Amino acid sequence: MRHNSENWLLKVEGLTKIYGSPNNNTIHQTGPQFDSNICPETNAIVACADINFELFPGEVLGIVGESGSGKSTIVKILYFDMEHFSGNVLFNKEPYIGKNILKESNQSKRAIRNHLMGMVYQNPRDGLNFKFTSGGNIAEKLIMAGNYHVGTIREKASNLLEKTEVPVLRLDDLPAHFSGGMQQRVQISKAIANHPPLLFLDEVTTGLDVSVQAKVLDLIRELQHELGIAMIVVSHDLSVIRMLTDRTLVMKNGRIVEQGLTDQILQDPQHPYTQLLVSSIL
Amino acid sequence: MIQENKFSTQYRFAFIDEATKREIRRKLLKAIAIPGYQVPYSSPEMPIARGWGTGGLHVTLAIIGPNDIFKIIDQGSDASVNACNLRNFVQTMTGVETTLDTAKATIIQTRHRITEEKLSKDQIFVYQVPQPEPLRSVERYENKTRQMHGEADYAKMWVSLYEQFVRHGDIMLGAGYPVKVNGRYIMAPSPIPRWDIPNLNNSEAIHLFGAGREKRLYAVPPYTKVEPLEFEDVKFHIEDFKGIPCFRTGYQKAFLDELYYDDGSKHYVINDSNFLDKKMNNEAPIQHENHYLNKLENEA
Repeated sequence: MRHNSENWLLKVEGLTKIYGSPNNNTIHQTGPQFDSNICPETNAIVACADINFELFPGEVLGIVGESGSGKSTIVKILYFDMEHFSGNVLFNKEPYIGKNILKESNQSKRAIRNHLMGMVYQNPRDGLNFKFTSGGNIAEKLIMAGNYHVGTIREKASNLLEKTEVPVLRLDDLPAHFSGGMQQRVQISKAIANHPPLLFLDEVTTGLDVSVQAKVLDLIRELQHELGIAMIVVSHDLSVIRMLTDRTLVMKNGRIVEQGLTDQILQDPQHPYTQLLVSSIL
Repeated sequence: MIQENKFSTQYRFAFIDEATKREIRRKLLKAIAIPGYQVPYSSPEMPIARGWGTGGLHVTLAIIGPNDIFKIIDQGSDASVNACNLRNFVQTMTGVETTLDTAKATIIQTRHRITEEKLSKDQIFVYQVPQPEPLRSVERYENKTRQMHGEADYAKMWVSLYEQFVRHGDIMLGAGYPVKVNGRYIMAPSPIPRWDIPNLNNSEAIHLFGAGREKRLYAVPPYTKVEPLEFEDVKFHIEDFKGIPCFRTGYQKAFLDELYYDDGSKHYVINDSNFLDKKMNNEAPIQHENHYLNKLENEA
């Protein structure tokens, strides 16, 4: 599908998140040119400011940057885990067309989360309930979408586990007893349970060993090809970004410093910070 | 002269002061207006400790009038310690007539049972509730559970039922099976057995729930839909006493107690003491009707 200014899936306009009590100069006195996101006057912390981008259906967008640059803040706000400070997020799906979804009621936010979005956290403990079995965790998403038939729930959960290469035999085991890679794959099954058009991946491979990382990345790429899900991939790891994403935003001190096609950014970085980032790949 | 009048009795009618009674009544009206919604209330001091039936007592004392006839049961029995003491207390404080006869009572206070005999539209049923929050087992924070109720976000509750089915092959809730009231709020019916749950549905009587320790009131108004939570393929069912008659009356269609005698023998007897007495006297008390009971009868 051709991307144009009309057919985007998600549009973010001026998204800002500030901790503390900012004044009028806060935004102007922070950012990469000051090499700080702490306001010198008020000590307010600018987690991210003036973030603008569009995401197209089936596209994979990477967000890269150092720790504390505001990468995770963006996806957490988009997934309603965090309150925003200002800005608009538009979702191009009925019945939300033309509305700022950050201003919706909690109920419709939950409906958006259940039907239109999935989230895979860095730590499986954030995305999974370790007191429930892996099947139960997937069931939670299916039940939230109005599925109240145990047989169907189990069938769907088995299929999802199969798709993510978790042995179906472990459907009724607690994820606490799983390896880190398997927990991450259960989390992915849960995130895609309702076939959402949009998936957030927040540092999904951090903390996994290299071979497991490769497997998880393979899986994500396969799912992307098979299901055509649009994804926002947050990582500080440029090889993950290179492998998964079509387009990349580079962030520093809560601002986007550079954006463009992933290959272009990695081959020909423009901003000094991006140059540093690319040149420091081991 | 006013002073003499004021102190002529030691306590005012029904023990609680009028202002607090009004507060409780106001909260009860709110509870009835929003079936299944838990309304916070003052839970004033009583001469018994909170959590020993004070919630039910508050409700009873706030609504009782001099012409009421009061009955109280504890696990189906009129004679257990909790029932006797609270009956004496209410009787002393109000002077109302008390009874053991379910059909004759206008207010019935209960702990953990609904009477076997059918309730009429002239009766009010008052429950003593230990834990009013059905979601407490899946969410420990009160602010979270209130939000979950507000947004009808009950997925966690459902998952816990799914988990029980997966682990044990059935939904393992013997008492206090969660119900959905009027298609909206999930409610803890107090720890009544599953046997009694269908009797809440479309009942002619008013059902008022008081949790003294947790300071919550809630209600099921008459003719309100009350459905136990069940999956499309894993259904709610009541206790199965198939082939086990009451050893004193031979009756099968009632909730039974299991008794062990000193010689080690096991006996089953009707749990509801007034219902048992009536059956022993060959009276014919009218029972609740629901399709679970009807199914039992058809199978028998």
